[in-house]
Amino acid sequence: MVEVLYFAWLRERVGVARESVETSAVSVADLVEELKARDPRYAAAFGDTSVVRVALDQDLADISAPLAGVKEIAFFPPMTGG
Amino acid sequence: MRISVQEAVFDPGAELSGFGAGRSDVGGLVSFTGLVRDDTGTLEALEIEHYPGMTERAITAMVEEAISRWELADALVIHRYGRLAVGAPIMMVATAARHRVAAFDAAEFLMDYLKSRAPFWKKEVTRAGESWVAAKDADEEALKRW
Repeated sequence: MVEVLYFAWLRERVGVARESVETSAVSVADLVEELKARDPRYAAAFGDTSVVRVALDQDLADISAPLAGVKEIAFFPPMTGG
Repeated sequence: MRISVQEAVFDPGAELSGFGAGRSDVGGLVSFTGLVRDDTGTLEALEIEHYPGMTERAITAMVEEAISRWELADALVIHRYGRLAVGAPIMMVATAARHRVAAFDAAEFLMDYLKSRAPFWKKEVTRAGESWVAAKDADEEALKRW
């Protein structure tokens, strides 16, 4: 079980800010595919993964990164701070 | 160093007046304050969302890098979230160093990293509706100089 967080327009498209997800995905990319197959809301959020950024346990990571040992996964658009 | 991620408004002048005070090794302070700008005359507010926990962690890492790379005496980052009015301060960076070049460079480094590597997202609320501010390629490009 992992905690999955969504921010900005990804949160709006998925419809929740966070959820616990039961998954056997071995990488972030696998998890994204699993979610997209689950419900059209995820397909809408992850339609173009080139504009999706990922953090694993609050550190930026690549979408191909492995999920072993990860407790918290966050998906969000490119950041616009400052 | 001091890092504050906060909803409340702050006073940039008051923040700067206490910063770097009481030290004999500081030759200069540089500060930058970002304000909510209205380009179209229709902006009602800017809404800023962030990732509590990761935000503080990411900013701490960039401030620690700036301090060690430019041998800063001190550094300050304040960044707000929530609903901000036009003209209100969004964020502030200040650096204290022996010499001005280090203070300027470190402040620019922090600004470039805050733009693209601190987990904040801006949404513009206008009379016509709401829209998320898209990240600019130029901001990502700016990181390459460091």
